[in-house]
Amino acid sequence: MTLLDVQDLSVMFTQRGREDVRAVDGVSFDVSAGEVVGLVGESGCGKSVTSLALMGLLPEKGVKVSGRADFDGTNLLGVDQRTMRDLRGRELGMIFQDPLSSLNPVVAIGKQVTEVLARHRGLSGDAAAKEAEHLLDRVGIPDPRRRLKEYPHQLSGGMRQRALIAMAVACRPRLLIADEPTTALDVTIQAQILELLKELVHQDGTALIMITHDLGVVAGLCDRINVLYAGRVVESAARRPLFAEPTHPYTRGLLGSIPRLDSVRGEPLNPIPGSVRDLLPWVEGCAFAPRCERVIEACVEAPPALIGGSHQYRCVNPVLGRSAGPEHLLEQE
Amino acid sequence: MSEGLPRENQQASTAERSGGMALTQLGKRKIEKLERLAELSAINAGERGESLWREAFKRVRHNPAAIVGAVILAIFVLVAVIGPFFVPYSPKDTRWIDQVSVARNIIPGPSADHWLGLDHNGRDVFSRMVVGAQKTLLVGIVATAIGLFFGCLLGGLSGAAYGLGGKAGRRLDNVLMRFVDMLLAMPALLLAVSIVAILRPSLVTVMIAVGVVAVPTFARLLRGSMIAQSNAEYVVASTSLGVSRPRIAFGHMLPNSLAPVIVQATLTLATAIIEAAGLSFLGLGTPDPSEPEWGTMLNDALQTFEYAPRLALFPAVGIIITALGFTLLGEALREALDPKLRK
Amino acid sequence: MFRFIVRRLLQLIPTLLGLSLLLFVWLHRLPGGPETALLGERGTPETRAMIRRQLGLDQPLWVQYGRFMKRLLRGDFGSSIDTKQPVLDEFLARFPGTVELTVAALIFAIGIGIPLGYLAARRRAGWLDNLSVGGSLVAVCVPIFFLGYLVKQLFAVKLGWFPPTGRQDVTIDATRVTGFYVLDGMLTGEFDAAWNAIMHLILPGLTLASIPLAIIVRITRASVLEVLGEDYVRTARAKGLTERRIRGRHVLRNAMLPVVTVLGLLTGGLLSGAVLTETVFAFTGIGHFIRQAIDNRDYPVMMGFIMIIAVIYVLVNLLVDLSYSLIDPRVRVR
Repeated sequence: MTLLDVQDLSVMFTQRGREDVRAVDGVSFDVSAGEVVGLVGESGCGKSVTSLALMGLLPEKGVKVSGRADFDGTNLLGVDQRTMRDLRGRELGMIFQDPLSSLNPVVAIGKQVTEVLARHRGLSGDAAAKEAEHLLDRVGIPDPRRRLKEYPHQLSGGMRQRALIAMAVACRPRLLIADEPTTALDVTIQAQILELLKELVHQDGTALIMITHDLGVVAGLCDRINVLYAGRVVESAARRPLFAEPTHPYTRGLLGSIPRLDSVRGEPLNPIPGSVRDLLPWVEGCAFAPRCERVIEACVEAPPALIGGSHQYRCVNPVLGRSAGPEHLLEQE
Repeated sequence: MSEGLPRENQQASTAERSGGMALTQLGKRKIEKLERLAELSAINAGERGESLWREAFKRVRHNPAAIVGAVILAIFVLVAVIGPFFVPYSPKDTRWIDQVSVARNIIPGPSADHWLGLDHNGRDVFSRMVVGAQKTLLVGIVATAIGLFFGCLLGGLSGAAYGLGGKAGRRLDNVLMRFVDMLLAMPALLLAVSIVAILRPSLVTVMIAVGVVAVPTFARLLRGSMIAQSNAEYVVASTSLGVSRPRIAFGHMLPNSLAPVIVQATLTLATAIIEAAGLSFLGLGTPDPSEPEWGTMLNDALQTFEYAPRLALFPAVGIIITALGFTLLGEALREALDPKLRK
Repeated sequence: MFRFIVRRLLQLIPTLLGLSLLLFVWLHRLPGGPETALLGERGTPETRAMIRRQLGLDQPLWVQYGRFMKRLLRGDFGSSIDTKQPVLDEFLARFPGTVELTVAALIFAIGIGIPLGYLAARRRAGWLDNLSVGGSLVAVCVPIFFLGYLVKQLFAVKLGWFPPTGRQDVTIDATRVTGFYVLDGMLTGEFDAAWNAIMHLILPGLTLASIPLAIIVRITRASVLEVLGEDYVRTARAKGLTERRIRGRHVLRNAMLPVVTVLGLLTGGLLSGAVLTETVFAFTGIGHFIRQAIDNRDYPVMMGFIMIIAVIYVLVNLLVDLSYSLIDPRVRVR
């Protein structure tokens, strides 16, 4: 059953004296209960803005949001702040990229956990403290009673992220959004955090939107993957077909830039040339065209449409057929 | 994430692309246009060091507060520099004393002969204000220069020693900073009072006193800035290339550390003028009461405030406006150079 | 915590040694030497020579410095030329007045400055924001003695709303307990005396508050703006907390950190400003007395007072650092 149905979400940043910037441009996807959906792309592709728009956390001034996001019958983009405040923390949980800056440095961890419980579950005093202790224990923080009294700077990076996760899942939200939850962490910790998320999602039947630039993260976790480029979905498929047959040259490039153990030594990695800054506005053609190896005339004549059935792609000169691609990433499961 | 990609790589792929693929002129042009733009932005990023000041200047120019400040200062400096040559009377001339009777509360106000009227000693206030502008500017500049010089000497040495000098350097830094702490341990005005008391009151003493008060601020600022610079990659790079340490410190780190010091100097010009006025009020200004200096004039005028408040208002407004000019400009500079606000 | 305080107090020693050396050199540099400091410009050559011998001025300098230090450590800063009283006694008699004035100024500066800075940041670029930013720029440019004089002329002399000078009306025969007039009035139940003392504090307090107020407004505003953009405020929003809770627990508390830091530095400005303000309002605190000492060339008083103020200033800053560690756990000391 579809829990969240995002239709044609667009976010435009407007600033006086400057050209409007369309950060998210007609993005559509849906998430069902218990499903993990990945939003993948380089920094600046609009994936974080998408998540903030869904949470209603974008600033009010200078931002225009359009489209629909139906969450169990409520359009998240249409309700007032008051309703949104009731949903956030209770039905919608969010985990952020940098756990250190995302935790208030001068408030004890315990307080930061119990304030969610107080707000949405009406718990206070001993009951709240007990529940907070239980939550910290659940996210794998050892000696939770002691940690409750500690401050963010006293915890390690991994512990901080666990604490942040504890706050996000405190009220068993039905939808969890994780915005690059492992980027700021050590590699060994990354795996632990992903494992924890997987476990929580599995136990509670929570839907999870996983935002990342790291295909390795996606491969081990996501059921369905949306690849974003310059604010639009350029490829959308279930995990297996995406890794087996990456169709959009951008997806292929992302996969090709991951080193693999069985590649021939001395063979160069294939980074995508250029950077996100070298993009064409979508109205003029494919935004990826300036960086694309497979660019043809049709690419810059009109913006390509998203085509295909269960495996969608936005490309007029797609790579069809199985890739020599990094299916090995799937073995991480 | 791919911003660090080498440019050559990108250019190679461009050549490949335009050679190998069939593109119409239109398509090519579109892509070429974009590439030029990308290159331009890359060049800008590379020149950041030099364009810092140019960029800051551009931002300052677009800041209305800064323009107001600059205009105020331009007028003030103009009056101070060339004004004294054109004043109608000598500022110390008491020729019109017979028109004044302090006992009967009579001090003639503005007239055709005396645009701003006379003061309690029968002197022409307009001439005194103009010549006073010069004295006030002089006090501000000399005091700031003194603070700047000794502050930079202490701070630069300290910062360089701490950043590059190893263990011995840290010790030197420690000694120098204890000295700075000592100056900081005294409230500004009281430090100035102590200095004037040693040196006997005069306008030069006021400059020295106000200057010394500013020394610890400059020293702390430059030291902090130099230490931050000593962690920069170009310092590591120069060290590994065998560039001598004094050369790194004073050839590279110092010029890169000066921005906050220059901002502070602009702001200090304002406080120096105000502090000098405060010393005059405490009777520690120039011992010659006929000297046309705004602080002294203001202090004198307070005695006749009840029936001739204008005598106090002229120098007071002069001081306030001038200090405001320096403050506005300094704050605008600070904003323009603030890396947090620059984006 | 205790070790931190001890360490900070130990760090004071070189600073104070340096100050005392400065003081010593100063007394020697004075025209006529220290005997002038004691006798003033008076005294025959014979008495001068006698004093020199008595003071041990014929001894080597380091011996003199040693003796000088010994006296300082006993709290003996010499005697006032003017009143012939020990400098320390004169200081202690006047210190409560200055404390009352400084506290009044701090109450005004904090009580008005923090809410104003906060509101300015919340309604950024609104009229209140522009007014408080503009006003605070102008306020730091007005010489404080001139401001005090204007305020006195307008509200005391012209309108008569407040008393123009002094700490309390001379007609009030109040009982003295601590030397803090407001506190004394409360303790003895002479509330009219306390009220009278408070009225005497309003104008000088506001005058002295002008610059700290401007600084606090600007710092509060800047720091609230910065904190509003922090990730943890976004986290708090993501938790669905009410705006009120977000402001109180997550914004204000963090935004106060820079304000507390600056309070210590402001004390220096307040003590400087007190000299000028007390002079304008004939408010009999230490600043007023320093001004008199300057006029009378009363060097022992000038020197001693400045030395004691420096010690107090450093101690206040230590106190501020300690209170800082109370609200910011990151600098909490073990």
